[in-house]
Amino acid sequence: MKILTCPVNGPRPVSEFAYGGEVRPMPDGATCTDREWADYVFNRSGVPGVKIEWWYHIASGTWFYAERDTVADRVIRTWLPA
Amino acid sequence: MPYQLLRFAFASKHPEPRMFRTPERLKNAYDAVIIGAGGHGLASAYYLARDHGMTNVAVLERGYIGGGNTGRNTTIIRSNYLTPEGVAFYDQSVRLWQDLSQDFDLNLFYATRGHFTLAHTDSAVRTMRWRAEVNKHFGVDSELVGPDEVRKAAPQIDITCGGHAPILGALYHAPGAIARHDAVAWGYGRGADQRGVEIHQQTEVLGINVESGKVTGVRTTKGDIATPRVLSAVAGFTPRVTDMVGLRTPIYIHPLQAMVTEPMKPWLDPILVSGSLHVYVSQSARGELVMGASLDPYELHATRSTLDFVEGLAAHMLDMFPFLSNARVNRQWAGMADMTPDFAPIMGTTPVEGFYLDAGWGTWGFKATPVCGKTMSWTVANGRNHELIKGFNLSRFERYELTGEKGAASVGH
Ligand SMILES: Cc1cc2nc3c(=O)[nH]c(=O)nc-3n(C[C@H](O)[C@H](O)[C@H](O)COP(=O)(O)OP(=O)(O)OC[C@H]3O[C@@H](n4cnc5c(N)ncnc54)[C@H](O)[C@@H]3O)c2cc1C
Repeated sequence: MKILTCPVNGPRPVSEFAYGGEVRPMPDGATCTDREWADYVFNRSGVPGVKIEWWYHIASGTWFYAERDTVADRVIRTWLPA
Repeated sequence: MPYQLLRFAFASKHPEPRMFRTPERLKNAYDAVIIGAGGHGLASAYYLARDHGMTNVAVLERGYIGGGNTGRNTTIIRSNYLTPEGVAFYDQSVRLWQDLSQDFDLNLFYATRGHFTLAHTDSAVRTMRWRAEVNKHFGVDSELVGPDEVRKAAPQIDITCGGHAPILGALYHAPGAIARHDAVAWGYGRGADQRGVEIHQQTEVLGINVESGKVTGVRTTKGDIATPRVLSAVAGFTPRVTDMVGLRTPIYIHPLQAMVTEPMKPWLDPILVSGSLHVYVSQSARGELVMGASLDPYELHATRSTLDFVEGLAAHMLDMFPFLSNARVNRQWAGMADMTPDFAPIMGTTPVEGFYLDAGWGTWGFKATPVCGKTMSWTVANGRNHELIKGFNLSRFERYELTGEKGAASVGH
């Protein structure tokens, strides 16, 4: 069983967590073009690498950040949003 | 032992022609380069040569023929999809499958088994009825059946599924079939090779040259090639290849796992799928139960397998077939599924002239191998999109015109 470290609850089995996708800056909907908005809504940087992602600890309702290598499936660190 | 094998013992050279030639080195230039020697890439090469007379073509493969998702999939072939685009496309594919063995002179073990998508709740029954009606409207052979028909087709099933998920009905799709995946890749590969296409294994594409918006060549581990046309058919590697030409796409990669039991006597004729139990299963010609479940829950670019997967899937299999409690699991593996937000593929032309995509086939692209080859070869040869794939172009996202193929796969297949 893979273990992920929740910044609040410590190391827990990965089945207790939900994946929230890569952290991406949202363009300003009022000023950006339709194309920029579509790019934000649909496109992803699907290339493998070290990414910062949203994760959610389901049991305690904690959203947090994880820095993870998406090839080796190695979590480098996890922390709470400031 | 068959006596003809003795020839191999006495011959100093391999006494039979190989399925494919192994070209010594890359040429400096080709009319088209296909990246990826999976079923899709090889089928495209085959039809380019056979139907469009383009034979100065190289298929480049970083590993070996059929070593990607083509050789890892659970080979379910069906056409009970939900959108007009989807139904027309997959229907054409099922038709092509039916005489492919003749076409290749190679036994693909194409076996029409019938495909049941089980419904365990009232709302699932409603969805199945809706799918059956949409299918019938488009001329696809689907119908809603009751638990008795399911029991008749698979007498060993516990129709209550351990008491907690009773089967209330099913969507029955009679043309549902399975085939031998490796043979599909080999058949297309051999057919393309015989017509002059070069297949280069152990040759990885590292970069694609683009000058003023047009493809001019590719860089590989075995040297550089000039070419005006590149078709990317690399499934789980698609984001790495689109990155080479600076294209952004909605494709994201999650692993999809599968496993087989030891071989047993034939007892399961149809293909069974349960979205609620996250199971699909069929029995192969060799007698193994071939089983799969849902997509792994997060992005990963690797083909590792997990114990969680085996435990979860085995528990659900036992809900359906308690008598399997002594069956042993022989192998498990994973592939990298290239997913899209609307569960429809991304095919055809791109903003980069000469760069064509056949991707986003996720967990359901094996069944589409022949029709992808047909339509992509037409598209590459003519420089514009084939009629059947117009709804699948990458540009649909920036127009907010998604295809919404929810019938794609409630569980991954
Ligand atoms: C476990 C599992 C079960 C599935 N079950 C089903 C099913 O029941 N029914 C169904 O219809 N579909 C199923 N699928 C989906 C199906 O397998 C795929 O959609 C289909 O096989 C894709 O074929 P392809 O030829 O496009 O890709 P692949 O067979 O993956 O071929 C792509 C090839 O490209 C090569 N490549 C990648 N990058 C490069 C590079 N830079 N240079 C050179 N070569 C490169 C790879 O090595 C690979 O061989 C399943 C998938 C998986 C993983």
